[in-house]
Amino acid sequence: MKIHEYQAKEMFANYGLPVDRSSVCRTVDDAVKAYNQLDSQKVIVKAQVHTGGRGKAGGVKLASDEIELRRHAAAILGMDIKGFTVDRILIGEAVNIEKEYYVSYVIDRSTKSTILMLSKEGGMDIEEVARTTPEKIHKFVIDPSIGVPDYLAREAAFKLFDDIGLVRQAAVIFRKLYKLFVESDASLAEINPLVLTKEGEIMAIDAKMTFDDNAVYRHPKIAALNEPTEEEKKEQSAKSKGFSYVNLGGEIGCMVNGAGLAMATMDMIKLYGGNPANFLDIGGSSNPTKVIEAMKLLLSDKNVKVVLINIFGGITRCDDVASGLLEAFRQINTEVPIVIRLTGTNEKEGRALLQGTNFHVAETMGEATEKAVSLTR
Amino acid sequence: MSILIDKKSRLVVQGITGRDGGFHASKMKAYGTNIVGGTSPGKAGELVDNIPVFNTVRDAVKETEADTSVIFVPAPFAKDAMMEAADAGIKLIVCITEGVPTLDVVEAYSYITRKGARLIGPNCPGLISPGRSMVGIMPTMIFREGSTGVISRSGTLTYEVVYNLTEKGMGQSTAVGVGGDPVVGLYYKELLEMFENDPETDSIALIGEIGGDAEERAAEYIRDHVTKPVAVFIAGQQAPPGKQMGHAGAIISSGSGTAAEKIAAFEAVGVPVAKEPSQIPGLLKSRR
Repeated sequence: MKIHEYQAKEMFANYGLPVDRSSVCRTVDDAVKAYNQLDSQKVIVKAQVHTGGRGKAGGVKLASDEIELRRHAAAILGMDIKGFTVDRILIGEAVNIEKEYYVSYVIDRSTKSTILMLSKEGGMDIEEVARTTPEKIHKFVIDPSIGVPDYLAREAAFKLFDDIGLVRQAAVIFRKLYKLFVESDASLAEINPLVLTKEGEIMAIDAKMTFDDNAVYRHPKIAALNEPTEEEKKEQSAKSKGFSYVNLGGEIGCMVNGAGLAMATMDMIKLYGGNPANFLDIGGSSNPTKVIEAMKLLLSDKNVKVVLINIFGGITRCDDVASGLLEAFRQINTEVPIVIRLTGTNEKEGRALLQGTNFHVAETMGEATEKAVSLTR
Repeated sequence: MSILIDKKSRLVVQGITGRDGGFHASKMKAYGTNIVGGTSPGKAGELVDNIPVFNTVRDAVKETEADTSVIFVPAPFAKDAMMEAADAGIKLIVCITEGVPTLDVVEAYSYITRKGARLIGPNCPGLISPGRSMVGIMPTMIFREGSTGVISRSGTLTYEVVYNLTEKGMGQSTAVGVGGDPVVGLYYKELLEMFENDPETDSIALIGEIGGDAEERAAEYIRDHVTKPVAVFIAGQQAPPGKQMGHAGAIISSGSGTAAEKIAAFEAVGVPVAKEPSQIPGLLKSRR
């Protein structure tokens, strides 16, 4: 789950992490009010959208007086950045940057742990740094049973600073950021750039936090910050009904039990010359209600010309699935041809139940995919 | 021999009085898995399908010498269950539960490792050594005793591949579902090593998917340490970047973890990659 920069900065502030002073605004007038309240000659106007590359898109601008502020605020509000429409801007004091650094905590799958990543190459695309000069990135694997003690935070800080005063300042930041990361069940907590100001202060002038979807249930305040796109709303609605859905844009809709099998099915459709309309994993039940909901979602996509249902019945029995499908299609009226592949437990009984219906019944994935593709021609 | 589980494994089912726990305990028992007990706090003394229930895993281990556990407990309580098992001396902990918070798994895994135990999952169907033992929710009727090892991040896609192997007369020594989460216990490297060292395994089928770089690491490991033939299928070539495809760990992040990269990694080390699951048996047969 993603949140905006201004929301992440609020969380940072709550944990005592130094951030630049800023104010989120939805109108040019509010931006002017914020500018006056900030009492800083120069401010940065930043688009607040759930995507990177805001600067390159013209969504981050420096304003040195009210006229420039009005101009930039008006230009950025309403701007489209990678498909997101800007409806909020962050007006923040422009700090005097001496140097920029990178720091983040992120879940690392291969070490099965949280890692602390730091680099003196701040204010840049960290993936670019990782690609071209990986030796400039320092990584520390965090032992979850001890977290980030003083000595580890100091050791990390010495990677960025030589002056002991700055080392101690940075160490405090690293420890607090880790605390926030763990207590909010984040999957990423990133400060890029963490800056050293000319006045000798270390602070975050950008903040990015993403959260583990599996843990959001135990963070209602964070869950309340969720702002799904139209597509994400569909996906989240599907999840709440017990299945997973992702729209892909093609003309062969598919419904499968199991995420891996569902991915393999959409891959096969492409392999056999068709285009998958979606990924849909209905999980492990033969329950007609779920099938009805899933089919409704599938068929609401006007691009769908054929539907391929691929079921491998393990614990779920094929005859149960067939009964569920028959019941579901008694309630759904559609002209769209349906190909059903049923294999596994009680496959013979399941296929028998589907004989004499309008369903095209197949025994193997290859057969079913070929049939579905031919029906689109 | 098989790996990890066999007739001697002594299994305790954590969450046995729940709907899933009870249902699958009976299925495992019917298959011949040696289930010695189950746990459910407050229900000690009860019987589920004639399996004795204990209040704690420690009680179960004390009374039955259980060495393996399978967890059927809701996501918010899975970390607790995994750690309880490790603390009680269970050596192989299989967590079926989907939706466990990642930091919970990070913590549990660290503790389990410190205790000298091993974790499989979470978000997995478990594992099976056909003819000997099944721990989890695998549909036993499609498996046959044989000599092909199977390692997979998936559930039903694993069954699809196994179905094809069985049809072609290639039974399985052990099939392990490692799970679909971003952080899981035993993964490709450890299992490849076990299969390489298992005299009963003569070939390995590996099923991967988008997300992370475990497949790329597996390819390197195979190049350097595995002499037995391996065939691979990778799911998710059509997955769009940035979208979670069902499994929490099936996501292409910042351009990496794509199926194309994984396929290339295996091909670069001479491991054949099937274009569809049904090709796996042929790819293995030709190289055995």
